[in-house]
Amino acid sequence: MKAFQLTRPKDNAQAIAATANTKTAQQGAEIRFIAGGTTLIDLMKLNVEQPENLVDVNRLALDKVEATPDGGLTIGATVRNSELAWHPLVRKNYRVLSEAILSGATAQIRNMATTAGNLLQRTRCVYFRDPAMPCNKRQPGSGCGAINGFNRNLAILGTSEQCIATNPSDMNVAMAALEATIHVRGTKGERAIPIGDFHVLPGNTPQRETVLEPGDLITHVTLPPPAPGNRSLYLKLRDRMSYEFALASAAVVITAANGTITRARIAMGGVGTKPWRSTEAEAELADQPATEATFRKAADAAVRDAKAQSQNGFKIELTKRCLVHALKLATQPA
Amino acid sequence: MPDETASNERHDRDNRLAFGQSTRRTFLSRLGMAGLLTSAGPVTTAFAQPSVKEPLPSSISKDAVPVTLTVNGKKHDLRIDPRTTLLDCLREHLHLTGSKKGCDHGQCGACTVHINGRRQLSCLAFAALHESDEITTIEGIGQPEKMHPMQAAFVKCDAYQCGYCTSGQIMSAVALLKEPCGPEDADVKEFMSGNICRCGAYPNIVAAIQQVRQGGKAGS
Repeated sequence: MKAFQLTRPKDNAQAIAATANTKTAQQGAEIRFIAGGTTLIDLMKLNVEQPENLVDVNRLALDKVEATPDGGLTIGATVRNSELAWHPLVRKNYRVLSEAILSGATAQIRNMATTAGNLLQRTRCVYFRDPAMPCNKRQPGSGCGAINGFNRNLAILGTSEQCIATNPSDMNVAMAALEATIHVRGTKGERAIPIGDFHVLPGNTPQRETVLEPGDLITHVTLPPPAPGNRSLYLKLRDRMSYEFALASAAVVITAANGTITRARIAMGGVGTKPWRSTEAEAELADQPATEATFRKAADAAVRDAKAQSQNGFKIELTKRCLVHALKLATQPA
Repeated sequence: MPDETASNERHDRDNRLAFGQSTRRTFLSRLGMAGLLTSAGPVTTAFAQPSVKEPLPSSISKDAVPVTLTVNGKKHDLRIDPRTTLLDCLREHLHLTGSKKGCDHGQCGACTVHINGRRQLSCLAFAALHESDEITTIEGIGQPEKMHPMQAAFVKCDAYQCGYCTSGQIMSAVALLKEPCGPEDADVKEFMSGNICRCGAYPNIVAAIQQVRQGGKAGS
């Protein structure tokens, strides 16, 4: 591991100042915030990340989960994943978020990993994690080892000629279905970014994964009030039942009355280069009867633009079945 | 320097152990010596003295930072390279070798310790980031003469073979007692999925944990 200096800011302003003078906040950043460290330290050991300076945000006052006046929720950037998943308000009002977090990683890792860290979780693509391999995300211009290589677990949605890496987070998928907003404070002040705009598609610059700029500090995430009468859940399909990343997953937030769906929010994991909200599926569900025929139409719409690689074509059908089953579970009589 | 008094006390205790009271470590070191001496006749107790541990050479770089760590209720003033993981700090600087290095990438759970009462992976933590935290290792959970109920249950249920993952398993199991884990074996398996056992002692590990949970001897 490359040597680094440790900076311990006392407040948000110091933390922002400490990271403002880096060329990028994306892959290859010379200065990095560190919170739980579960992604970053792993990647530093692999020499995928080689920051010269780490800025410790663990002591900043960003660790609270609180109800907002409008009935929503505000979640601090350094709230640990386990704390968020088991929080009474999350269990009660945002079940999909609790289930998504608890389906990922292990108890130890969830006790360390943070809200903001999970938003910034890096792909598990084996070519990204191995500096001996070509990877446009890690080393722009070096090529993509995964296209025509080992790509069984990689993305079918949002891919480019440069990168097909999957966003590995479960939490992000639930956040997308819940229409979370990411609150960032930077050198130019504060801004609120809808989660759909926070992660960017790889295109020709797969090294850029989010809209974050140098000095940008995620302070908290807000969730809107839960839709009245909604049911939500997270269904995750994977090679083994625990401690494994999704091959396909679905986060669904459904409101139905008298057998008709009045509102649907759908996001999918394990299949996209970013947490994949499917407004196409939502459109097929709105004001339709909660029947299998409707769910199948929505699932077809969700993967309409999917592009299979040499090994991951099975994910198209798997994603459809995952979504149909999740919708059945979310609409069956209680 | 690490806390020398604690370290010397530990060495003394190790040295006092006679053959009949071998610890795993002294037994293994004797075994290694026996291998070297197979052509030199029977191994005598004179040859079989465990070697006195020298403090491990520390590779303190010029960028070393002062760090005060609280481990098992005891404060340690150290100077360490910021790259030092909590696991390496515990093992190499404080000589608390109960926490094991398996994968060193947060995948196996052998390095599990408690930080402020919650189980975490010491291989994915920089020691310098845990100054104001309470760290508990397997050495702080129990000792051979006074085992934690979970340690006793692991012994009773034969919940290990090679033993390498065991301290991590026990640290996870003790933490699990205070977590919202359901009553079934399947719930325990899910909550313990971050601790891999290459020997496959899982059924006995689950049995040991369930024994402690059902026996009402929970808590540390």
